Amino acid sequence: MKVVILWSDALLFLLLALVFIGGWWSRRQAHLRDAWRKVGASATAMAATTVLATFLLVGVLDSLHYRERLPDVGGVPAGSTNYSNEVLSALDAVLSPLRTRSEKTYSAPLATYLFAKESLDAGGGGRDFPRLRHGGAHLGAQLDGHGGDIAMRVLKGLGLGVALWLPLWFFARRKKLMRSGIHGDGAGDTAGPAVGAVLVTALVLLLIAGVVVALAQGYHVLGTDKVGQDVLYLTLKSIRTGLLIGTLTTLIMLPAAVLLGMLAGYVGGWVDDAIQYLYTVLNSIPGVLLIAAAVLMMQVIIDTHPEWFASSAERADARLLALCLILGVTSWTGLARLLRGETLKLREMDYVQAAQAFGVGRLAIMLRHILPNLMHIVLIALVMDFSGLVLAEAVLSYVGIGVDPNTISFGTMINAARMELAREPMVWWSLAAAFAFMFALVLAANLLADAVRDAFDPRNAG
Amino acid sequence: MLAYIVRRLLYAIPILIGVNLITFALFFVVNSPDDMARMQLGVKRVTPEAIEKWKVERGYDKPLLWNAQAGGAARATETIFFQKSAKMFAFDFGRADDGRDIAREITTRMMPSLAVAIPVFVLGLFSAVSFALLLVYFRASYLDFAGVVLCVAMMSVSGLFYIIGGQWLVSKIWHLVPISGYAGGLDAAKFIILPVVISVIGGIGSSTRWYRTLFLEEVSKDYVRTARAKGLSERAVLFGHVLRNALIPILTGVVVLIPLLFMGSLLIESFFGIPGLGSYTIDAINAQDFAVVRAMVFIGSLLYIVGLLLTDISYTLVDPRVRLQ
Amino acid sequence: MSLLTVRDLSVAIGQARPVDGVSFDIALGETFALLGESGCGKSMTALALMRLLPDAARIGGGQVAFGGRSLAELPESEMRSLRGGGMAMIFQEPGTSLNPVMTVGRQIRESIDLHGGKLGAVELLDAVGIPDAPRRANEYPFQLSGGMKQRAMIAMALAGAPKLLIADEPTTALDVTIQAQVLDLLRELQRERRMAMLLISHDLGVVSRMSDHVGVMYAGQLVEVAPRDRFFGAAAHPYSRALFAALPDSSRRDGELASIPGSVPPLTAIFSGCRFADRCAEVRPACREAPPPWRELGDGAGAQHMVRCIRVGELPMAAPMAAAEKSALAARREGAAALLQVSDLQVHFPIRRGVLQRVVGQVRAVDGVSLELQAGRTLALVGESGCGKTTAGKAILHLQPPTGGSVRLDGRQLGGLAPRAMQMVFQDPYGSLNPRLRVGEIIAEGMRALAIGGDHSRRIAGLLGQVGLAADMAGRYPHEFSGGQRQRVAIARALAVDPRLLVLDEPTSALDVSVQAQILNLLRELQGRLGLGYLFITHNIAVVDFLAHEVAVMYLGRIVERGRAEEVLRAPRHPYTQALLSAVPRVEQDGEMRGVERVVLQGDMPSPANPPAGCHFHPRCALAVAACRSAYPDETRLTATHAVRCHLAD
Repeated sequence: MKVVILWSDALLFLLLALVFIGGWWSRRQAHLRDAWRKVGASATAMAATTVLATFLLVGVLDSLHYRERLPDVGGVPAGSTNYSNEVLSALDAVLSPLRTRSEKTYSAPLATYLFAKESLDAGGGGRDFPRLRHGGAHLGAQLDGHGGDIAMRVLKGLGLGVALWLPLWFFARRKKLMRSGIHGDGAGDTAGPAVGAVLVTALVLLLIAGVVVALAQGYHVLGTDKVGQDVLYLTLKSIRTGLLIGTLTTLIMLPAAVLLGMLAGYVGGWVDDAIQYLYTVLNSIPGVLLIAAAVLMMQVIIDTHPEWFASSAERADARLLALCLILGVTSWTGLARLLRGETLKLREMDYVQAAQAFGVGRLAIMLRHILPNLMHIVLIALVMDFSGLVLAEAVLSYVGIGVDPNTISFGTMINAARMELAREPMVWWSLAAAFAFMFALVLAANLLADAVRDAFDPRNAG
Repeated sequence: MLAYIVRRLLYAIPILIGVNLITFALFFVVNSPDDMARMQLGVKRVTPEAIEKWKVERGYDKPLLWNAQAGGAARATETIFFQKSAKMFAFDFGRADDGRDIAREITTRMMPSLAVAIPVFVLGLFSAVSFALLLVYFRASYLDFAGVVLCVAMMSVSGLFYIIGGQWLVSKIWHLVPISGYAGGLDAAKFIILPVVISVIGGIGSSTRWYRTLFLEEVSKDYVRTARAKGLSERAVLFGHVLRNALIPILTGVVVLIPLLFMGSLLIESFFGIPGLGSYTIDAINAQDFAVVRAMVFIGSLLYIVGLLLTDISYTLVDPRVRLQ
Repeated sequence: MSLLTVRDLSVAIGQARPVDGVSFDIALGETFALLGESGCGKSMTALALMRLLPDAARIGGGQVAFGGRSLAELPESEMRSLRGGGMAMIFQEPGTSLNPVMTVGRQIRESIDLHGGKLGAVELLDAVGIPDAPRRANEYPFQLSGGMKQRAMIAMALAGAPKLLIADEPTTALDVTIQAQVLDLLRELQRERRMAMLLISHDLGVVSRMSDHVGVMYAGQLVEVAPRDRFFGAAAHPYSRALFAALPDSSRRDGELASIPGSVPPLTAIFSGCRFADRCAEVRPACREAPPPWRELGDGAGAQHMVRCIRVGELPMAAPMAAAEKSALAARREGAAALLQVSDLQVHFPIRRGVLQRVVGQVRAVDGVSLELQAGRTLALVGESGCGKTTAGKAILHLQPPTGGSVRLDGRQLGGLAPRAMQMVFQDPYGSLNPRLRVGEIIAEGMRALAIGGDHSRRIAGLLGQVGLAADMAGRYPHEFSGGQRQRVAIARALAVDPRLLVLDEPTSALDVSVQAQILNLLRELQGRLGLGYLFITHNIAVVDFLAHEVAVMYLGRIVERGRAEEVLRAPRHPYTQALLSAVPRVEQDGEMRGVERVVLQGDMPSPANPPAGCHFHPRCALAVAACRSAYPDETRLTATHAVRCHLAD
């Protein structure tokens, strides 16, 4: 096994590291700690965080990439090992039954037969629905037990979910008891509803996970797609793409937006004019068209330089990053304008004037007095943009200017599935699965963003 | 005030030039015409002759910025920059890959785009403002809370879902309107109604929530307390005072979008087969017809700049503080 | 027969009671003043009467009867017709209290239509003394000056011919000369229409001038209710007395102001005994045990004087004066070198117009200001808002680059910032400290920037001690401090670099009077100890009287009169100075002074972009002669130290 670190993996881990450092740092900053405590006390925010954490777990697992070692074949000189060309992730390893047990083509969720009639090889020809290779294979030829088997598995799955949840519940209870022991009555009560919300959300998630795990061992829980791939596997793989686009885009544009916005506001004069000109120009090109033009051009570059990429995974990864970059370039203007406006206000604050009276330099004033007072806007922008970007990815991939067609994402799933809407009866499960997962992700992000904005916006203070 | 508008008008020129330069760089400098030809013709079986032919057909065989071989003014005019980018200022966009004149195509496709975009704009604005007012009237009640939850949920649904779901439900199950297509004149109505309704529903969540925030901010201001102290009813306060003030940021905020209505909507038009500029753009992107994409970038930017100008003017019209100073 | 009867009124916000058990009566034609510092529940009381409490608050108990009808039981629709019709209210901030996108006339007409008023909008505007009323009725609020906006608010309140007028700090946001106009207007209107008035104010001077009865509020409760003359003659509650003692004026020049330690408790505080006990100098253990009952201090004449203090009989009846601790004031040393010399300082801002943004004129914010200040002394720069005094202060520090003139420090010409020698303390204690830095870091900033060596943390501890804060507060963030404490931190920050001169820009105007006294005492003590020169920028004459050695009065960017404090304040020669001084509402021990003729200025201060020709003051000057309209007067020296710029001075 050989570990492969794609660029997007590295950036994702960098981002996570930044989040942890930021979290550690903000523990020591009174105002940040208070604001986070407000977020922590909100039941909806904590429920949303639980959901997001689950998505993040899947995404992180899917970012630990490696190449499998191929079994030694004769003729290869001893000492040199061959690695598969296919780049896999830890998630692929966990889900390897789902990944490998593919069918021939479409099959409905939990089905045992293919979706389309085919001429059967054996026995008298004729057209009928062929049995699936894997879905319900354990039932054998007798399918009487199909319904009962599913019911049994659902029960087992629910049991599994509860079993996993109970330790969590005990842990939370003990902590609560300990806390109320220290602070006397009701001191820990502000966190009460939030802890409850986390527990309930965790229970729901674990129940769903338990049922899905139990069923997935014998069936395609969400059916299969055109080439017979398991839809559940595809949706889980899509999560990483969504997370990356939602976070890396903002991360990439952040330094430029903060720097230019702050410079324009604080330095003023021709610097301000130049920066304003730059972002008015970029802003005036309709976003989709600028993205389209840039993606088309990037496509030309990637296609004309195949030698840059060792594997198809790397090429897809490069295109994903380039998309983040392009989205970032088109979207930094809004944040920069916001920061410029805020800096203009901060520049006139008395404490900035007091610093000027000491002869403190421009750079030091920007770093000590302006930047820390802008961070809440940056944070709010970061969480607010996330959901919009996840949704945008789907649309862009549909238009054909999104991620590489080989990258699994919500957008490519929807794009592939909508061709089949006209079928009778309809192939609905791919679409439904993609929309449902995307909805859960975006809703959770929106709810968390609301709570973060409420907690950090100084206008809501007091 | 006139001086102000003139100044904004003059400022639009360098912006437009900037846009033009960026598009030029993006389309001709980042990749050479040779690269583009190679990609369009297929990387594998491409001969230098085929590339040359492709370039000549499109007029990409000239030098980028300076034609040393030509004489006189042609040194500057017989270049890709002049032929392809500078001529856009005269609305000369050249021909698409299928040989049609792009400018002509744009003028004929404007109407279907507007037929969808204008109702969406008007209905969307009206319904979002009404819902937001309703929520603010019942603020801090369960209705308000439920409304906000609904808005957040609606915001979290992908726009594609509204389109696909709407088409499936209304056209396929209920057979109320044709699934897609377009006709001129009054017949257009039956093709337009579904895309309009879907667009309005798709956008209402976020705009209602945004307007609600604006209204709430306004409600907490001092002059509202004065109005109540006069003895005005809550409804009179809301319609007579709060609405007037909150509409200023709302109206001036949407004015910038009005010129862009010409551009139509990419998704709606392509899903519903409406022959507007949105579907024209999307087709061009899919066919990698660079000439059309370039033209649309230019038109879009121009319309946006017009929108900015209209915003400035609308401020002076709506807000007495700007008008009279 | 009283028009309004309030009994045991309480307001609840969750568990907190910002108003708790308030009772008072107001009769027709009478003014009842609610007096107290910010956060005492005065405004909340007024809003509760109108049933206009903010969403989170509700009436927690008690009865309010208006004209015999109980307000608590009125349905909302009848309450609405009472609002504006029976009782009308005017608010503190005329700038934000009017709808910005509706003409003034329309806003008034709305009220007329609702309550069937007999007078039209123009007549009402005329009645409140707005010149050219027909034109003004068609204007928007932003086109009116602050004083005119407040007059328009009053016109709107009068539209429904109310019996009760509630005025919530009606003049706090206005300049002192405008305040005098508006207060006179209110008194006149009240007399004409026999209205009852509930006046809410923190200003003893305003209350003294306007009220018939006074109720002192503290932490949500009334602590003393008395007729005006009795209150100003013999206030009984320790809090009322402390308010008087904290007032700066010339009689306390040589001593220290009595200040109330600490600050007003927060709304959420829970009390078991007397609410003032923690800050009271006369506190006894019994005070903390149970809420004190009302005590009646009858004078036999039927005037009720009620006090909520158990020790009221034991306290001496005279207002306690702080022991006049003679601090050696630095005497002006003739011929001594000046610490600061400002000559002909100018700050002009260009006005740009047109397509090409050409400069078409100049706003002369500061137009030729000359000052002189010796070490260890205080020069007060006095003027109303917009006169350019803050800009002048910043230009002296070069925080605002001057466009002309020179600033000399110790005889040396300054070309830019002189950070070690001059520092500034700002008006708003909330805006002047970076909320993201700890107090220690804030104080250390100047030492770091100027590379001052030594042990910074020891020095910070020393500075905190010097301004009366504990050394361990260095680790805290500004939001944990009250306004007064923040201002102390700001002073410590300025002192950290050992300046010779402090520019103090209205350092106490955002503070309550009891806290203001603490800061003024601190400033005086620091000056005595460190020999600092103060350039004290203010509009508050009482503070000037207490602190300043020299005074310069500014009007529209120029100094119109300067001299030693006693010269300018006792024998003012410029008509503007005279008007300014007489406009200040003073605390008078009895009612005699109320009838005394005052110089009340007409109109507003003109814009510095377009100052009147000749003497800038002539359009508002009652004594103006022909010469005033043609030329700006030169400086006339009255004594060695007293100079005035007025044609009538010689």
